[in-house]
Amino acid sequence: MIRVVLPYHLRTLTGVDGEVLLEVESPATLGAVLDALETCHPVLRGTIRNSITLQRRPFVRFFACKEDLSHDPPDAALPDAVAAGREPFLIIGAIAGG
Amino acid sequence: MSQIRVLVGTRKGAFILTSDGKRERWNISDLHFAGWEIYHLKGSPAEPDRLFASQTSGWFGQMIQRSDDGGETWKPVGNEFNYDGVPGTHQWYDGTQHPWEFKRIWHLEPSPGDPDTVYAGAEDAALFKTTDGAQTWHELPGLRGAKGHLWQPGAGGMGLHTIVLDPNRPERIFVAISAAGVFRTDDAGQTWRPVNRGLKSPYEIPDPDAEVGHCVHRIAIHPSRPQVLFMQKHWDVMRSDDGGESWREISGNLPTDFGFPIDVHANEPETIYVVPIKSDSEHFPPEGKLRVYRSRAGGNEWEALTNGLPQRDCYVNVLRDAMAVDSLDPCGVYFGTTGGQVYASADSGDTWNPIVRDLPAVLSVEVQTFP
Repeated sequence: MIRVVLPYHLRTLTGVDGEVLLEVESPATLGAVLDALETCHPVLRGTIRNSITLQRRPFVRFFACKEDLSHDPPDAALPDAVAAGREPFLIIGAIAGG
Repeated sequence: MSQIRVLVGTRKGAFILTSDGKRERWNISDLHFAGWEIYHLKGSPAEPDRLFASQTSGWFGQMIQRSDDGGETWKPVGNEFNYDGVPGTHQWYDGTQHPWEFKRIWHLEPSPGDPDTVYAGAEDAALFKTTDGAQTWHELPGLRGAKGHLWQPGAGGMGLHTIVLDPNRPERIFVAISAAGVFRTDDAGQTWRPVNRGLKSPYEIPDPDAEVGHCVHRIAIHPSRPQVLFMQKHWDVMRSDDGGESWREISGNLPTDFGFPIDVHANEPETIYVVPIKSDSEHFPPEGKLRVYRSRAGGNEWEALTNGLPQRDCYVNVLRDAMAVDSLDPCGVYFGTTGGQVYASADSGDTWNPIVRDLPAVLSVEVQTFP
């Protein structure tokens, strides 16, 4: 299972308290995880990436295993530790704004 | 006993304020949508416990929320606002053309007769419509065909902020856009044309006959007389008696004719309200005195309403969507400030009291009257 940690406001939208657990077929790519997340929680469509272009929203970032994956292409495989569920995939609201 | 429900959108969430018809004691709801900007929320006239809210975030984009129980509970509904076809371009700050990009919904206008139909005004400026209770939205693209390539953003963005539905002619709609002007359709949104003749913007637009490019801040009508429109422009308070075909200035003796909101008394179509703001460079009341100005003559002759409003050291602003009236007699008038106060008058503006003082900056105020 892939473990996804949502930022506070998206946890509120989804009603999720804690991590989201997703079944994603191998290879677990960034795009596949986001697809699975939006299928599991349709309310998230448009909040993390543009629902048409699938471009990441500017103030949303992706981290895992102490690495910034925000600029990785959608077909990039996630780290093995994330795919194996040992480490979470973090979706972060960038530190910006007031 | 009558009931009043005031819907307040703020920079950090929404509040619902309720009172009986005396409008003396108010209940303040808990904070809804904590931490999100609520640009606007408004109830359906056809089904008043159905409310729609525009919930936005610089991080997570646009959500639309709907309540079917007067704001007790909410559920997210459709948030896909896709421009029709190839979006095209509009005028940019440097004179070049810039692609249309959706940013947020500024204003929601529910249909007076159908609880499933709502219009939504977007930044970058466009008009969207739902006919399924906000599950799905589609653009009325004819609007952007009305010289859209010449529209340009104001300092606050290129927002479609005002939607006025003609209660007598469902096929007639007015919208206002910053900084493009007023546009009217007479065929339910298929085709549009600018209706800005008489607006003067000499500092922003050298061409005195420019059809578009005017920074209209707000327009308002009285439902009994929808051919008469009142406007607060960037500078100038204006009036049209012919459905927007021509405009004339009615600023009269106002201390400054800059401002954002304008509204019409519910029971007196010639009584209108504005909140003068010092200038486009200084968005606060002149002399630090918060004064609503009322004209009972449809403009030109204005009186300051100050009783209960701070008359020193006040430097708040009142934004374009942050004033509303109820329909009781005497008419109640309400406005919210960027300082987080919501003021109410239960006597058409003669006296004012704060309903609440320390909210986040108020973006919008709407009122529902339950007679």
